[in-house]
Amino acid sequence: MYQTTYHRASSVDEAASLFGKSSEAKFLAGGQTLLPVMKQRLAAPTDVIDLGKIKDMIGVEASGDTLTIKAATPHYDVATSDAAKKAIPALAYLASLIGDPAVRYRGTIGGSIANNDPAADYPAGLLALGATVKTNKRSIAADDFFKGLFTTALEDGEIITAVSFPVPAKAGYAKMRHPASRFALTAVFVAQTKSGEIRVAATGASQSGVMRVGVIEAALKANWSPSALDSVNIPASGLLADIHGTAEYRANLVKVMAQRAVAAAG
Amino acid sequence: MSTVKLTVNGKAVAVDVEDRTLLVHVLRDHLNLTGTHVGCDTSQCGACVVHMDGRAVKSCTMLAGQADGANVTTIEGIAKGDELHPMQAAFRDNHGLQCGYCTPGMIMSAIDIVHRHGGQLDEATVRQELEGNICRCTGYHNIVKAVLDAAGRMKVSQAAE
Repeated sequence: MYQTTYHRASSVDEAASLFGKSSEAKFLAGGQTLLPVMKQRLAAPTDVIDLGKIKDMIGVEASGDTLTIKAATPHYDVATSDAAKKAIPALAYLASLIGDPAVRYRGTIGGSIANNDPAADYPAGLLALGATVKTNKRSIAADDFFKGLFTTALEDGEIITAVSFPVPAKAGYAKMRHPASRFALTAVFVAQTKSGEIRVAATGASQSGVMRVGVIEAALKANWSPSALDSVNIPASGLLADIHGTAEYRANLVKVMAQRAVAAAG
Repeated sequence: MSTVKLTVNGKAVAVDVEDRTLLVHVLRDHLNLTGTHVGCDTSQCGACVVHMDGRAVKSCTMLAGQADGANVTTIEGIAKGDELHPMQAAFRDNHGLQCGYCTPGMIMSAIDIVHRHGGQLDEATVRQELEGNICRCTGYHNIVKAVLDAAGRMKVSQAAE
């Protein structure tokens, strides 16, 4: 790791002000991606500003039809939160599949979505549930937040403070985990909102990162059941292909994971 | 440089380190607690797992500064004098180690697993929960046996306390 200066922020405002005073700062949440990247010298921020100890940024709250997860809440706390398990069990389940137990103790929802890895879990949950990303400057709909590989709508120095999820009528998540990296080879989150809208998002599949899957949404709107997807054909164009799986393999996984997610949602 | 203050195995310590220093290097290089190992250095193998404020974390994936003020327990801190921790004893009795490199991290993760699951541990759960710890010798079989054995012993010793 190259030299850097570590700052521990005690408030969101302090973190933003520290960022403004640094030449090339990075915000540090759980550090489960940023630190490995810095160790490989692929990133060399002059300053790292730790958001992990800001009390206002930790916690899970359910109120009415909204579940709010504050940005520095570790995955373990989401996976085991009674509020999350009651309001959106599929989301708590998603959190329980990220990385490994030690990673889940440190990694956070804010860090995951700010990084927007194309195979990360949370982006699929946010997009399918139609979540809203709250920052220290504004609210951003999930539909407008994810902008492609490792790219988001966040501006320089903008800090995610929380994510709020409308509680759906039904939701399910199914993931084909890569056995070594534990990222999604492909995973699909399906949701039926309380107003009857069907939203389906896939991660790990597209070359452009997390994506909605329109053909599956249309098929599930007509008939909410795994068998409704039997004849759906997902085009392989634009999907990721690597040593772990071809684009055609991932196209099929999108369908199969969606079927399993619908079955899980009930 | 910054001064990082920690409680390690019950003892208050303060070390002056570069800000880029990882927690594992504070433990190994500054405090000479070399039981915590660096295996992969890519956050995958779990040889560096320690408990920080009661949670099993990878000390190679934390800056020392992030741990400032924390209570850290390493493999050196779990035995009571000459009496091994029940997890250590179970690893020995079940031949849960061969070369021993992964063992400190395995034991620290395994204690955390037992704390979280208590008496509801079964083989499948142990195998799944150990996914963040890699062993290249044992094939995991005896490690899993040791964790299940220790889960029973820890329950007994907790009941006795």
